[in-house]
Amino acid sequence: MRTASAILRKDLLVELRTLETVPAMALLAVITFVIFHFGLNMDTLHGQLAAGVLTVTLLFAAMLAVNRLFVAEREQGGFDAFLLAPVDRTAMLYAKAGALFIFMVALEVIALPAFALLLDPPCLGHSLPAVLLILFLADIAFAVIGTFVSAIAVHTRARDLIGPIIGLPLLLPALIATARGLGPLLANGSSGSPPAKWLAVLALYDLINALLAIGLFDFLLEE
Amino acid sequence: MDDANVIELDGLTRHFVERTVLRDVSLTLKPGQTLAVLGRNGAGKSTLLRILATLLRPHAGSAKLFGEPLPRQGWKVRGRLGLLGHEPLLYRDLSGRENLIYHARLHRVTLDRVEQVLTQVGMHERADDPVRSLSRGMVQRLTVARAVLHRPELLLLDEPRSNLDPAASELVEPLIGRASGTTRVLTSHDPQAALAEADIVLALHGGRGAYIGPPAGLDASTLKELYA
Repeated sequence: MRTASAILRKDLLVELRTLETVPAMALLAVITFVIFHFGLNMDTLHGQLAAGVLTVTLLFAAMLAVNRLFVAEREQGGFDAFLLAPVDRTAMLYAKAGALFIFMVALEVIALPAFALLLDPPCLGHSLPAVLLILFLADIAFAVIGTFVSAIAVHTRARDLIGPIIGLPLLLPALIATARGLGPLLANGSSGSPPAKWLAVLALYDLINALLAIGLFDFLLEE
Repeated sequence: MDDANVIELDGLTRHFVERTVLRDVSLTLKPGQTLAVLGRNGAGKSTLLRILATLLRPHAGSAKLFGEPLPRQGWKVRGRLGLLGHEPLLYRDLSGRENLIYHARLHRVTLDRVEQVLTQVGMHERADDPVRSLSRGMVQRLTVARAVLHRPELLLLDEPRSNLDPAASELVEPLIGRASGTTRVLTSHDPQAALAEADIVLALHGGRGAYIGPPAGLDASTLKELYA
């Protein structure tokens, strides 16, 4: 964990210096909400439509971070430096997934108010704790799968394409569970309680994929 | 083969797609010795160093470091070697100090050591500047600091004095030169300088070992052919 913490600190420091990832994610999310606002010609969205717009927007914004996650390692020799150190290689997975998770949380700090402002879903304030719980589980899914896919894509020439092409289908179950879980929370007359079924699906998805990623990540760093 | 050898190569071969970059290279290197690897561009020098650094796999033959076979037991020797290659392995947006602190954490080295090597390479005053704002020579000095930070027993040096002026070259001599007492594998485009430092010479021509032996045995005509 000390190694993972060192890599995570370095990644956050690089992001604070360059501001290359989170601002781009936030900008994409806000622009997407504006496009939906005018494209659908609706001042307010509710229920499943609101949940779908929010989930898909966060997913596409996450793809920006996925595409950039290992770029510094690839272009500035970070992979070689890491592989030369006597450390457990899975530390890279923990650190990068941690960084992606933090980027997602930072994105949502900006995207959720923008979503409320531009698309005015009913009951968002009332359902906020449950919405945040579902987004927390969705962020873990984006972080784990995103890191795994990014580690595959970074070794290819078409990494900007490979990330979404592999990542989006793999994330489809998480997308469905997140949207279905958020739907009732953003509907008129929401009880404010998270749907247990979709929470369980998301949690199970996170657990299985985290175990798979831990088992397979070592091989992705091999030559 | 002797277990006390730092490096043992036996028939080492490496391909890149269809091209054989290293072919049937065999040699041994004992502790404290310096191996100079000579050859023109594309001869396989950097590939050999990357195999020894456990970053590339051999495709045939065997390679052992400190008696451990590569790549299977590479994890056992990684902390014992330092690589100074063409790439500095430093993050451009971080300062020299931040980069070294990051490497110190990876290698479980104390932060005092970071300050020590920064002073040794004469970079203490510019240590908080982002790497991207430094001259090539300064980056190379930081790269030296990064390579020796964890006190490696084997130094893999790929043209280590490139971009260094004579004063800087002298400054890093105790860290990566013969005076360091470390076992070294050295490549250089300046064969005379490399021969002066070497105990053993490996002359690569088309990936093959055209000459392996003491520097005194390498005559001027062979050296000339090597770079022809």
